[in-house]
Amino acid sequence: MTFGTDDVTVSFGEVTALEAITVELSAGEITAVVGADGAGKTTLMQVLAGLVDPESGSVSAPGADRLGYLPSGAGSWKNLTVAQNVAFVGAAYGLTGADLAIRADPILERAGLAHVTDRLAEQLSGGMRKKLGVVLALLHSPDLLILDEPTTGVDPVSRVELWRMISEAVVNGATAIMTTTYTDEAERAGSVVLLSEGHVLLSGTADDLIAAVPGNVGIVDSPTDRSMAWRVGPVFHEWFPDGSPDDVVPLESDLEDVCIVADLASQVAIEGGGQ
Amino acid sequence: MTDYALEARSLTRRFKDNVAVKEVSFSVEFGEIVGLLGANGAGKTTTIRMLVGLLEPSAGSAMLLGAPPSQETQRSLGYVPQGLGLYEDLTVSENLAFTAHAYGIEPVALTGPLAESSNQLVRSISLGLQRQLAFASAVQHASNVLVLDEPTSGVGALGAARLWDQIRDEAERGVGVLVTTHSMQEARQCDSLVLLSEGVVVGRGTESHIVAGLTAIEVTADLWSDAFVALTSAGALVTLNARSVRVIDQSRDSVERILEGAGIDATLEILPATIDERMASLDRGTTST
Repeated sequence: MTFGTDDVTVSFGEVTALEAITVELSAGEITAVVGADGAGKTTLMQVLAGLVDPESGSVSAPGADRLGYLPSGAGSWKNLTVAQNVAFVGAAYGLTGADLAIRADPILERAGLAHVTDRLAEQLSGGMRKKLGVVLALLHSPDLLILDEPTTGVDPVSRVELWRMISEAVVNGATAIMTTTYTDEAERAGSVVLLSEGHVLLSGTADDLIAAVPGNVGIVDSPTDRSMAWRVGPVFHEWFPDGSPDDVVPLESDLEDVCIVADLASQVAIEGGGQ
Repeated sequence: MTDYALEARSLTRRFKDNVAVKEVSFSVEFGEIVGLLGANGAGKTTTIRMLVGLLEPSAGSAMLLGAPPSQETQRSLGYVPQGLGLYEDLTVSENLAFTAHAYGIEPVALTGPLAESSNQLVRSISLGLQRQLAFASAVQHASNVLVLDEPTSGVGALGAARLWDQIRDEAERGVGVLVTTHSMQEARQCDSLVLLSEGVVVGRGTESHIVAGLTAIEVTADLWSDAFVALTSAGALVTLNARSVRVIDQSRDSVERILEGAGIDATLEILPATIDERMASLDRGTTST
């Protein structure tokens, strides 16, 4: 079964948060959603989770009992212990006693939380708290896993552990969609969606997106057009929409460059359209 | 004028029996951007709190502009914490004016998107704009030192690039900048790096200095997630670098055996490790003993 959205538009009052968004999710694959804050990433997650109704268009997602959702906040109750959080969410899915233990214990073990089950969620480090949120979202082996910024502010070590938990669920057949602000992380997803101001700017595999950059990106010491350049350490990367001049060596772009170029291109289009 | 904008000299801080920071030494020169890296709980925040004068060291000294932090030196320090420290119920321009008056200066003129939002309440603007405002607010009085905690976390790619443009401009004006971060993209923007683990400095300099000869075996398979799950299930210390799976603590033979056992076709290559991998190996070393 394929999950996703078809031509979905969402408005909050006069603000259009998502406009005609079509996203198709593949089973056994992670889809990463990237974009600036305000791009509509969280709204897209909420629409898929059934928390926000689209104004038009349709959503294909399993019912609440078959989906796991981690909101962009903590996704756990700070005044409950780890064990109480697990028991509370487990009960909501009809998992109690031995059934709950069979499912929860190995996940807590792999998440490195088995030794802190008596600790209040608010006493966990940022990385551990996020892992608890993902444990809770995975507890009932959902068909669709919706994770809103599961790794933001999490250190690289915990981030790898979070990816392991998500990857295991996906290898076992779940479909996953996650938002992230780390583009190196998004590159690893089977499919990437770049949102900007409620629109899909780009979507496809990271390779497709990188190959589709119009012109090329080069490394320069001093940019020819400052508005088309951005710093990476002591040098600049500059986007040449019509190809770089002979004295500039084109760079093998990464997804970070692609996202910046897409934002620049849409700015140019908006300014051009305003003439 | 002193040599350093910021200097940690054998900085140590104990909380009861726990040594959070132990004999940490490093410096930030004027015009330099230094990245302070480390896992959650490595001691980054405690170190920064001592350097800016919010916490007394148990031993050693924190030097801000060549002297222990004082009201006078704190005036030329701009600090942007992770929580940004903005007043959500004030407008953009009121926030800037409020901070400026606290420092006895005139607020700077707003430019770009911040100027367009000058009359909006801070809580109604995007996180990217809030980060720009917190930065502008710190820069307006920070003539010598900036301390930034994950300055572009949660900001889109172009917004982050534009913020780094501004941070680099400040460094080029001679401001010493200390950045704490979890993001390797941010680490690449720094001139030099300091890696903390369990309260101790375990690496200093450029990325290659910090990695110090550690190598990783890069595994490229059709489906990286299959290789990832097979290797982690076998207990290997695995990291991810875009779509390749990398193993730090196993021999090439052992990686081949694990992959063969799982029926996964893959090519292997031995490459220099990354800072993330150095952190992961440190973490594994301390938790397994």
